[in-house]
Amino acid sequence: MADLQTQNYIRRSATTLTPPSVRNHEQEVAKLIDVTRCIGCKACQSACMEWNNLRPEVGHFEGAYENPGDLAPSVWTLMRFEEYENDVGNLEWLIRKDGCMHCEDPGCLKACPAPGAIVQYANGIVDFMSDACIGCGYCLKGCPFDIPRINPVDHKSYKCTLCSDRVGVGLEPACVKACPTGAIMFGSKSDMKDWAGERIEDLKSRGFENAGLYDPPGVGGTHVMYVLHHADKPGIYSGLPENPTISKLVQFWKGLIKPIAIAGIAFAAVTAFVHWITVGPNDVEQNDEDEADRLLKKAEGS
Amino acid sequence: MQLSRRGFIKLTGAGLAASSLGALGFGPAGEAMAAAVRPFKLVAATETRNTCTYCSVACGILIYSMGDRAKNARSNIIHIEGDPDHPVNRGTLCPKGAGLLDVVHAPTRLKTPRYRAPGASEFKEVSWEFALGRIARLMKDDRDKNFIDKNKAGTTVNRWTTTGMLAASASSSETAYLTWKVARSLGMVVFDNQARV
Repeated sequence: MADLQTQNYIRRSATTLTPPSVRNHEQEVAKLIDVTRCIGCKACQSACMEWNNLRPEVGHFEGAYENPGDLAPSVWTLMRFEEYENDVGNLEWLIRKDGCMHCEDPGCLKACPAPGAIVQYANGIVDFMSDACIGCGYCLKGCPFDIPRINPVDHKSYKCTLCSDRVGVGLEPACVKACPTGAIMFGSKSDMKDWAGERIEDLKSRGFENAGLYDPPGVGGTHVMYVLHHADKPGIYSGLPENPTISKLVQFWKGLIKPIAIAGIAFAAVTAFVHWITVGPNDVEQNDEDEADRLLKKAEGS
Repeated sequence: MQLSRRGFIKLTGAGLAASSLGALGFGPAGEAMAAAVRPFKLVAATETRNTCTYCSVACGILIYSMGDRAKNARSNIIHIEGDPDHPVNRGTLCPKGAGLLDVVHAPTRLKTPRYRAPGASEFKEVSWEFALGRIARLMKDDRDKNFIDKNKAGTTVNRWTTTGMLAASASSSETAYLTWKVARSLGMVVFDNQARV
């Protein structure tokens, strides 16, 4: 599996080594999900499962349009449906394709304690490496979008790969290719931003004053972006976070405590070594043995 | 395994030291490189063009099968996606089309003609020869009995209204054209080709 020359990654979980990064001219990729053009057909879900060879168990009707009910180890993308009543009392059916956002600053990667279980490629894709995953679930805590899921069978975490295998050979992700309305687009991040700009302008001209791009700065921007008709209220799109950031706990633990703890370990090691050189080991001498015998006898006597 | 108290403490200490070294960044250098994307599964698969079996939109699909058609290799469909060069769908598919792979391999998929004899309660597998022969026989009998060559005014119409035909959607324009020609040449008027040409 060692194949460093084909993909260069810029981040690797639980690693202090600087990843090789001589290839600095790779295009950043992005997927743009135009919520305003989505018809909720679920072709993306179907194509995702087909390409990635995923077949979740057939579930039960839960009284909602979502099918399956939630993201799962074998459900990497999911259409979420929300019936929203707007200011003038009209119904708007907001359908959002949920899945990994491929953050520029991934919380899952930051929280992960297993070296190399989560990597970020130079093109922006955040990928899980199952062979290194220890199934601790810290990535769930680190993710501001509640995306990764642990498989109870092999105790490993799974999520959307942005079809890194397809992108790696120059293809678009499976969901993007299938989308019959062109609501999911794929290209370089700058092209996707330009296209989003055109869409937003069009939406504004048609009365959606608050139309905008969802590319949250709290996680350094994302490689999966949304065009929303109500960008001022992302929460109405099935709980899309307003300003997602990596949990304070994860930031504190991995940002501040970890280096201090490592420094502590190093200090203890150095101190122990110096103590061993200068003072030496604590040898047991004859008078210690005598004293121990005396104490033992006294204890037995009483 | 026998382990003395002192030995246990030594072992624990060694473990702690090893993991501390790891945390301090003294891990094996090669380890940082052991990761790669899932290998692309279609590198040398055989690509075949076809039309989606579902509706009258007739989207173009690409069928990928394992093997390079060598004599000793059995082809088996492993993946289906939209055909980007097809003018109808330009690579896109609906959720049903995107899941075509499971239609191909469905255990309930009909692969041979089946026949339920008059009065019988169950379908029986039959050969194509039997099926085509029987269909031709019944068509000929019915056409001979009910063919209308002239209407009341005496104009030649050549109609055959008592038998109808339903054709598939998984046809190209050319196939659909030929299907149409065959049906109409028999005088058949009750005819629907899902591709609606």
